[in-house]
Amino acid sequence: MSDVHARTVAYVRESEIPPAPPPEAVGGVVKWLRDNLFSNWFNAILTLASLYAVYWVLAQSLPWILNGVWNAGSLAECREILGGTSGACWAVLSERWNQLLFGFTYPSELYWRPSLAFLLLLVCAAPVLFPALPRRMLILTALYPFVAYFLIWGGSIWTPVLTAVGFMVGYAVYSRLVTQSFAMGFLAGTVAALVFWSLQGYLVPPLSTVAPIALEAVPSRDMGGFMLNIILGTVCISLSLPIGIALALGRQSSMPIIKWISVIFIEFIRGVPLITLLFVANVVLAYFLPPQSNLDLILRVVIMITMFASAYIAEVVRGGLAALPRGQYEAADSLGLDYAQAMRLIILPQALKISIPGIVNVAVGLFKDTTLVSVISMFDLVGMIRGPILASTDWNGVYWELFGFAALLFFVVCYGISQYSQWLERQLQTDRR
Amino acid sequence: MSEAPQMPEASAPKKTMTVSDEVAIEIEAMNKWFGAFHVLRDINLTVYRGERIVICGPSGSGKSTLIRCINALEEHQAGRIEVDGTVLSSDIKNIDTIRSEVGMVFQHFNLFPHLTILENCTLAPIWVRKTPKREAEETAMHFLTKVKIPEQAHKYPGQLSGGQQQRVAIARSLCMRPRIMLFDEPTSALDPEMIKEVLDTMVELAGEGMTMLVVTHEMGFARQVANRVIFMDQGQIVEQNEPEAFFNDPRNERTRLFLSQILGH
Ligand SMILES: Nc1ncnc2c1ncn2[C@@H]1O[C@H](COP(=O)(O)OP(=O)(O)OP(=O)(O)O)[C@@H](O)[C@H]1O
Ligand SMILES: [Mg+2]
Repeated sequence: MSDVHARTVAYVRESEIPPAPPPEAVGGVVKWLRDNLFSNWFNAILTLASLYAVYWVLAQSLPWILNGVWNAGSLAECREILGGTSGACWAVLSERWNQLLFGFTYPSELYWRPSLAFLLLLVCAAPVLFPALPRRMLILTALYPFVAYFLIWGGSIWTPVLTAVGFMVGYAVYSRLVTQSFAMGFLAGTVAALVFWSLQGYLVPPLSTVAPIALEAVPSRDMGGFMLNIILGTVCISLSLPIGIALALGRQSSMPIIKWISVIFIEFIRGVPLITLLFVANVVLAYFLPPQSNLDLILRVVIMITMFASAYIAEVVRGGLAALPRGQYEAADSLGLDYAQAMRLIILPQALKISIPGIVNVAVGLFKDTTLVSVISMFDLVGMIRGPILASTDWNGVYWELFGFAALLFFVVCYGISQYSQWLERQLQTDRR
Repeated sequence: MSEAPQMPEASAPKKTMTVSDEVAIEIEAMNKWFGAFHVLRDINLTVYRGERIVICGPSGSGKSTLIRCINALEEHQAGRIEVDGTVLSSDIKNIDTIRSEVGMVFQHFNLFPHLTILENCTLAPIWVRKTPKREAEETAMHFLTKVKIPEQAHKYPGQLSGGQQQRVAIARSLCMRPRIMLFDEPTSALDPEMIKEVLDTMVELAGEGMTMLVVTHEMGFARQVANRVIFMDQGQIVEQNEPEAFFNDPRNERTRLFLSQILGH
């Protein structure tokens, strides 16, 4: 050291200081209250005002909710029972429970089928949602769509079975060729599956006569209630995620044609209101398709909502891809990983992790948007309430109870999705553990 | 000015290593442009198997671009690059083959943060080389032991210090059993006390006869390990020589200026 620093005093430690435990946390309830709620007079006023607001809302709504009538045949009967006191008419929920859940034309003796499908959904989605479960359980997930279709729509078992076989044929072709090139394997696999599916129509009738395993068929127009929202939500979210990822990768592609197709698709779909797309699905699509094709209405709606959501997911994922440092791409390349491997093993796991909040945003939005199908005369939960239930003479005027119930159902599902995603984000946090 | 750390002269492998006549990398009349900007101009360079070449030069002179061209992270527009007997063309298969033979270590490590250290090391052998998982893990542990961090195998990159991360990056490359290693300023993102641990690893690697191209400003390392030092400026190879001659008797004016700046006064 130079002697310019005249005030520096030489020092050498001679004794070690033993580590001591941290000081006791001082406090308790009173201290917490004072620190957080009443730290100064302005905060104290805010606290009191908020408390009063909460009290007021509860004072208005709680008696109404708790004083509700659960057993009555109509609104008039409810009023009679209440005898002028304030109270909700929950009886509409108990009386129309099945209609709210399944719509008003789904055969009531078959309610067990969609209910079972819903229970199976919870089981079969688990291996995808929880990475800790054994990977072998993914087979359940892969089988689920076919089982669920068979349960909900019924008909010959050979339709879902052959559709599944079509996927297997496509996959077999794909895995043969993928060693040469991913693009070639993917194209050939898709073509093989499509060819198989186009022949499927000729195979189902003979198979059904040989082995007539079937459930009573329920046509799509009989689907309704919250079941319809769940069907649309589940199918569209699970389809739009892979399509959205593919679009996001396509938008980054170095091949101009793929890039431009992706860009045009995304920009066009994002620029159009969903409700317009639904009207297109309802009316216009029927003109373009050959008359006898009679593409199922639910299928048309699924296509439209999926396209809509996948455009949004593509943009969310693109944000995630852009947030990754170039070094990750370069490291993957320099190790000799090919494009598909680099994407699947290195880039997408990280990009998707970054994109989780955005994807969940789209998924929650999509699920709530499934209620829009009520404007094209499909009877989902909201369609049921607005249509058959409120229009009936018995229950005309029970708005709060019905829409409150609808809101609660949607809230439960959306809040669940949100909580799950936060849990998943914590699970995937590897940088600070 | 960063002072080159002193290398222990005793372990210097340079003089004892033999360089074979076999050509590892051959670059002929290679040119590269970024748009209209001519980054690499008429590069000619032959690297023999077992050679250790240090590339230095001022910032922006094209050092990174040159070694990135060798494993096709950058595309060159004119000239020929032959790596290990394979001519670099735009064919993807061909590029992937070369990349799996050539290891690369980056300035910012570029470990995969979502994978553990062990997974970082086994990923490419499993997917590119189709090595069975068990065997890939054994290899990975072997190289992690070699870079002296086997105990970190199950941690994530974010939990390691910079020097440890860079040693993992070296081990990750080695797990592919490359015949050539490229280093792009492997120590310039590190604190001084970590530089030494990384350089030690590299010295050891050089001692085993690995063909190495190293972009670095660690002149102590160059003196100790390199067979040849190359000085680049403005996209051209300005001077190359054996380290002794290069440092003691630089011919070119620009080399002299550069050396006087980097070695301090
Ligand atoms: N992707 C790119 N697009 C355009 N110009 C680039 C690109 N990458 C590098 N350059 C330019 O090319 C020149 C050489 O860059 P390079 O990274 O090879 O330099 P370097 O010698 O490695 O420098 P440093 O010591 O700073 O790493 C620089 O002028 C840089 O600005
Ligand atoms: Mg550089």
